[in-house]
Amino acid sequence: MLQQFGLKKSPWVVHFNCNSCNGCDIELLACLSPLYDLERFGVIHVGNPKHADVLLVTGSVNHRNARVLKNVYDQMPEPKAIVAVGVCASTGGIFRDCYNVLGGIEEVVPVDVFVPGCPARPEAVIDGIVRAAEKLELRRRGQPVSRPSLVPETHEPTPNPAAPPETVPATLASPAAPVAAPAELAKTP
Amino acid sequence: MSQRTTIPFGPQHPVFPEPIQLRLILEDERVVEALPAIGYVHRGLEKLAEQKDFQQDVFLIERICGICSFMHAMNYCQGIEQLLGLAVPERAKYLRLIWAELHRMHSHLLFLALLADSFGFENLFMQTLRCREEILDLMEITAGNRIMLTTCCIGGVRKDITPDQLKRIGTGLDRAQASLGELGGAFAKDYTIQRRLKGIGVLTREKAHELGAVGPVAKASGLAMDLRQTGYAPYPELGFTPITETNGDAYARMMVRLRELDQSAELIRAAIGRLPDTPLSVPFKGNPTGEVAARIEQSRGELLFFIKANGSKNLERFRARTPTFANLAPLLHMLPGCELADVPVIVVSIDPCISCTER
Repeated sequence: MLQQFGLKKSPWVVHFNCNSCNGCDIELLACLSPLYDLERFGVIHVGNPKHADVLLVTGSVNHRNARVLKNVYDQMPEPKAIVAVGVCASTGGIFRDCYNVLGGIEEVVPVDVFVPGCPARPEAVIDGIVRAAEKLELRRRGQPVSRPSLVPETHEPTPNPAAPPETVPATLASPAAPVAAPAELAKTP
Repeated sequence: MSQRTTIPFGPQHPVFPEPIQLRLILEDERVVEALPAIGYVHRGLEKLAEQKDFQQDVFLIERICGICSFMHAMNYCQGIEQLLGLAVPERAKYLRLIWAELHRMHSHLLFLALLADSFGFENLFMQTLRCREEILDLMEITAGNRIMLTTCCIGGVRKDITPDQLKRIGTGLDRAQASLGELGGAFAKDYTIQRRLKGIGVLTREKAHELGAVGPVAKASGLAMDLRQTGYAPYPELGFTPITETNGDAYARMMVRLRELDQSAELIRAAIGRLPDTPLSVPFKGNPTGEVAARIEQSRGELLFFIKANGSKNLERFRARTPTFANLAPLLHMLPGCELADVPVIVVSIDPCISCTER
């Protein structure tokens, strides 16, 4: 009974800074401040991924921290939800063309909520965490949870009927496999 | 006979907001050696700056670091202006100073909050963040964004601060300084804080000079080195003198920042009082040519950009040397001999910004 309310009413979050410029990280800290007060949703910020339900990731993935991010993700107990905070975590953002940046965190872990912004505003981060908590609850009940997909914006507004409805990252299955950027993300300028 | 243990400290650690790994070699509880392992936040920004247009680079370079973003853009713009031979209007210089000092204030308040967090004083952490929101409000009112202001452009600034907003800055600073007065008393006089900070992580004046410490770390050891004395912005007109402490321990480093907060507020007030009425920016044509080393006093110390341009719209080389990089050597000198429990406090006391360092 307690567990039933625990996930939805009090999700514990862990923050991992992947490759961020600190902008989103300090906005996450601002969420904890008395002005925004994330704890009114029962959210507790913990340092240990083994205690956490929601993983907040800021910044893109690079060659060095992809393994670390995967480790942190694997250490979290099920059910769990991942929030990509800011455009860098979502797609790579302004750093997408950098030689050491693989792209958004979706290359390594499956993402449940994308929070936009450079940096993401505290209100947006809080909204992202609350939505992640809803998905956690669905997962606890064993119900299907849809994953959002980031379709790259094209300049031609012609609809493509052959586009796949939803993509599930394939990189999850094999931790040892090299992380490759999906073709449609990497090719778009 | 004591046994040596190696403890990996980071990259995912509750104290660090950023990933850096310190391999601590311990003898019982005492640190014998600390070896840093970096590269977790390396993006390759310097290479990307060469691929983008030199005007687009302002936005890119602002994102070297989210905490002191405005000062990165300001330094880059000053470097390019030097190459182009542009004379920036006086009002733009004063507005840049105001935004730069607001950034310094929010950065120092963040440092104080993280320091309180590093020795587990959660109440003080929360109260300091509450005070920091006053400063962030001022930035949002004047520039439209809380962190990334993007108001600096080559040749001046792209946004004016209206008289109403200037008045609002005054009242906002009053409120921030009032709560800072209470917080400052707690930071400076609290028994627990003194026990945790005094005599911890001592860096002598000679060692600070020898190892090339910059910013508040150098100032806490008694070296009055501050690039604001060089007069890149109207600091000399406003009567700026660097703040120094003599003890060189974590407490002195905290006190330097605490006193700099009041100093920054006074500088902003003085700048508002003398704000000249000139255009906001000068137009320019053509591309920069030549080499320049632009320097600025960032909230953590000296920030140096080397810019090499060849007359095309892309830079030939861009190089950034950030203050945390300079302060890593003093940090590795401070750590040996301390207790394991003091490591978080010492690391946070240099206010590390790994994202700047690795770019």
